[in-house]
Amino acid sequence: MVKAGYGGPEGAPLADELARLEEIVRRLESDDVDLDAALTLFEEGVARLRSARERLAAAELKVQAVLEEAGGDIRLTDLDE
Amino acid sequence: MTLPLSLGSPTATDQVWSVSQLSASVKRLIEKHGIQLWVRGEVVQCKAYSSGHWYFTLRDAGSQVRCCMFRTNTMRAGKPPADGTEVYVLGKPALYEEKSEFQLVVSRMLPTAALGRQQQELERVRALLHQDGLFDPARKRALPTYPSFIALVTSRDGAAVHDIVTVTRKRWPGVRLLVLGARVQGEGSVEELVRALRLVNRLRRVDLCIVGRGGGGREDLAAFNSEAVCRALADVRVPTISAVGHEVDVSLTDLVADVRAATPSAAAELAVPDRRDVLRLVDDLSGRLAAGLTSRTRLASARLARTADRLQAAVQVVLQKRRSQTERLAVQLDALSPLRVLGRGYAVARAEDGRV
Repeated sequence: MVKAGYGGPEGAPLADELARLEEIVRRLESDDVDLDAALTLFEEGVARLRSARERLAAAELKVQAVLEEAGGDIRLTDLDE
Repeated sequence: MTLPLSLGSPTATDQVWSVSQLSASVKRLIEKHGIQLWVRGEVVQCKAYSSGHWYFTLRDAGSQVRCCMFRTNTMRAGKPPADGTEVYVLGKPALYEEKSEFQLVVSRMLPTAALGRQQQELERVRALLHQDGLFDPARKRALPTYPSFIALVTSRDGAAVHDIVTVTRKRWPGVRLLVLGARVQGEGSVEELVRALRLVNRLRRVDLCIVGRGGGGREDLAAFNSEAVCRALADVRVPTISAVGHEVDVSLTDLVADVRAATPSAAAELAVPDRRDVLRLVDDLSGRLAAGLTSRTRLASARLARTADRLQAAVQVVLQKRRSQTERLAVQLDALSPLRVLGRGYAVARAEDGRV
């Protein structure tokens, strides 16, 4: 499978990742979580932060041409830009 | 009217200007703003030189102005206009220094008749699409915040691809740009744009579609005003941005697309967030996450401390109660103790035979 940047086929899209992080932070900031739940949320948050940072750092732009073959199949070829 | 020419005092002969200086100064004055305008008039005495340049006069009932149109522009304009042709020209006011002659440097020329036809056709299509609700604001979809796959429908070797790649690489490089090549002007452009737009719907993954081209003259935008292209654009299943770079005109695709961008570069800026902004957001979330946990723990330990205090107090109370109870019992017990009774002194009564 090809790497596809911030929201590639592997893992959740960055948008979901950040939305979940936002939710985790909001829950941690509220008073109605017990300590155990808070610790679990925190751990998840740290993991998601790391993954978000890695995605933002590692991504490289890819430009491809989309061609329709005679049979109707779609072919992608890399373009140097 | 006085011109802000600062020619000095007309009496001081040491401040005499040469003709060339005068001409150059007036030229600067006229050309410094680089204004371009559309001018309508009648062409007379058009001379097309073998160099490819055209020289002609544009006039109306009151005035006339000399015009020149260079080869790069005459190539697109077709045949030189016959005397008396009514035209619109797009030109920059300029001064031909050698003769200090005011002129218009023309970049585009359209016979008014042709424009009239084009305008009529445009209005017809606009009315049709409007009737069918293609411009309806309720149809407009929001652009995805973090797109991963962006389809570009434009000329493979046009400036648009290059501009979009440049901006995207700078702002949000973790994206894949899928270029669906199509001619954007001239014969076959409508068919190719329609085919490319339909192909977008067959891509396995696509989050957003940009359709457009770099700047062009009014007649160059014809494909983006075509009914077929507009309908194909409306049928694209992901949010769309129309980026037909032209400073003056709005194309019909601009009205059909979910978002309109002035240029392909502007489209790229609308399409992707700036990575630095997102990094800032991540940093902020990171800080709030840590602070959130800290305050949670602080809260828990405070609660724990309070609980311990109460527990201790409760134990104290119980202990105290027990202690006083014990003491009371001890007193009572003491009172009943046989030893105590004996301590008060006693006698044993016996019979003579010694029985008690």
